[in-house]
Amino acid sequence: MSTPSVTMGESPKPYSREWLLSDRPASRRQAQLGRAYVTWRRFSANPLALLGLGIIIALILIAAFADVLAPHSPVIGDLGGSRLFPPGTGSFLLGSDDQGRDILSRLLYGSRWTLLVVVLVAIISAPIGLIVGTVSGYAGGWVDAVLMRITDIFLAFPKLVLALAFVAALGPGIQNAIIAIAITSWPPYARIARAETITVRNSDYISVVKLMGASPVRIVLRHIIPLCMSSLIVRVTLDMAGIILTAAGLGFLGLGAQPPLPEWGAMIADGRRFILDQWWVAAMPGIAILVVSLGFNLLGDGLRDALDPREGNQ
Amino acid sequence: MSMTTVTPKARPRKKSRSHRFAVSLLRFLVVAVTTYLGLLAVTFFIGRVVPIDPVLAILGDRAPADVVERTRRALGLDLPLYEQFFIYLKSVLNGDFGTSVLTTNPVMSDIAEVFPATLELAMVGTIIGTVIGIPSGVLAAVKRNSIVDQIVRVIGLVGYSVPIFWLALIALVIFYAKLRLVAFPGRLDVVYQYTFEPITGLYLIDSAITGQWDVFWDAFRHIILPGALLGYFSLAYISRMTRSFMLNELGQEYIVAVRAKGLSESKIIWGHALRNAAVPLVTVIALSFAGLLEGSVLTETVFSWPGIGFYITNSLQNADMNAVLGGTIIIGTVFIGINLLSDLLYRFLDPRTRNR
Repeated sequence: MSTPSVTMGESPKPYSREWLLSDRPASRRQAQLGRAYVTWRRFSANPLALLGLGIIIALILIAAFADVLAPHSPVIGDLGGSRLFPPGTGSFLLGSDDQGRDILSRLLYGSRWTLLVVVLVAIISAPIGLIVGTVSGYAGGWVDAVLMRITDIFLAFPKLVLALAFVAALGPGIQNAIIAIAITSWPPYARIARAETITVRNSDYISVVKLMGASPVRIVLRHIIPLCMSSLIVRVTLDMAGIILTAAGLGFLGLGAQPPLPEWGAMIADGRRFILDQWWVAAMPGIAILVVSLGFNLLGDGLRDALDPREGNQ
Repeated sequence: MSMTTVTPKARPRKKSRSHRFAVSLLRFLVVAVTTYLGLLAVTFFIGRVVPIDPVLAILGDRAPADVVERTRRALGLDLPLYEQFFIYLKSVLNGDFGTSVLTTNPVMSDIAEVFPATLELAMVGTIIGTVIGIPSGVLAAVKRNSIVDQIVRVIGLVGYSVPIFWLALIALVIFYAKLRLVAFPGRLDVVYQYTFEPITGLYLIDSAITGQWDVFWDAFRHIILPGALLGYFSLAYISRMTRSFMLNELGQEYIVAVRAKGLSESKIIWGHALRNAAVPLVTVIALSFAGLLEGSVLTETVFSWPGIGFYITNSLQNADMNAVLGGTIIIGTVFIGINLLSDLLYRFLDPRTRNR
């Protein structure tokens, strides 16, 4: 690699490689773009991480275009004509289930529910963790002690069992499953946000903003939270696989999405009765879950290595 | 804990060891009690507050008004919430979780009956996970970035990503239905189920100490598949952590020192590096054991394993809230207990953390 040939007085062309890698960015925008470029270079050097990214992009595209891609209806089947076809029969690429529905179409539509669950859980639990953690870290004292005690209490709970009990009380359904999972998954985010907050709390730039008269709310919102984002994003991505598995587990127990919704966990439960003779009914949705959660794990690992090279070398 | 959280004021250095011990014990007790109170507050909340009307949940909507009123009073629902919580706390701490609607027994005696099955399963899983997970993690760290490392990594990643109930179903098809290698369902064949008298409730141990080797073999054929599945999950976790601890140790200066002394490579790895990594590993194994207690819920359901997970899901299907919450509290209690104990153990085993 040739060193960027930057001489005094002559600035590199905007958006070129030299411009992005410059030690002295002239604007905030240049600095941000430069950092994103470096991170992307590190990320894209890791083939497994790219595979993970590919899987997640494919999931999003499939969820968006499920109605175009699916050859059959996901909920209406032909009980007389197409019951329990093995994979590869006619237009049923992955076979059909006991109600004569095309498994591939159900899987394609099911990606929407999977995506909905992870996105909603992340939207609910990440901000809770972020606020609890930053407030706790910035305020210190008894506020910190109380908030962290609550966090630790939630952290010490068995997640799946608690989610199970929650859904049992709230009643089965996908919204309640999402609420239950979100309630049990915010504590690690609070821990991370608090740790990041403590490292920057006493730094010079925070003192400067304070001196300029910024309120604590402004400091936390504008100057601390942005710094917590990268570690938080990594952790949330790594948690996505666990969220998908928990949601599928609840679906498998009949507590998540209700029939005839094509949720993957519930589809495995449907196929359980035929597992010995018509294995594909339960096997196919499991493969879909495995691939997607593997994708999130690979993406999360890659992001962690790219954003925090110290840990990545381990 | 980071050093920055220590109070900034310089403490008088005269404080004795026993005083420090008393302080850390007190802190431990506060943590244990508040965590447990938190668990009970959440289960109370789930049982009493979340259902819109608990009386309706028990009686249905066709009960006459006086029965509704009597039940409300009997359940203590006319009292203020904090008083209800206090009563709830008292009964739970006395081991009274109410009566199961499904079995008509007290929930506690039901759980006492099924708990050993889960314990045995989680123990087998942890043993498998430890025996395979630690050597493979060590190997992966020593032969870093080699093909061995990659294989261990992929096995671990799949373990983190696969739905356990699905893998259990696939394993049943292969090892039970097709190959006929293992037995299913439950813990013992019907032949032994009514003649075998358990002592500890752990069938493998019971049959071995009484010398009933045919029962032992049967129990083994039943437990091996669910045990291996749970073992796989703890293996994924244990091997990953072992690898990272070992890499950390192998980068230390004392490794260079013993290598300069001319110690054999195997002595350096197993005798020195792993020994130092052992302290955090004990914590990891304890946590994975706690995780398996929880993970057994789905596994037991697939294998019809009569443990606490199967009990909970079975009660769920029959809207038996007392049993569900009782099971949740028991799993939560063991889970929290192991969490705290491993924390304590860590402090006890690692002298560096003791003097902080």
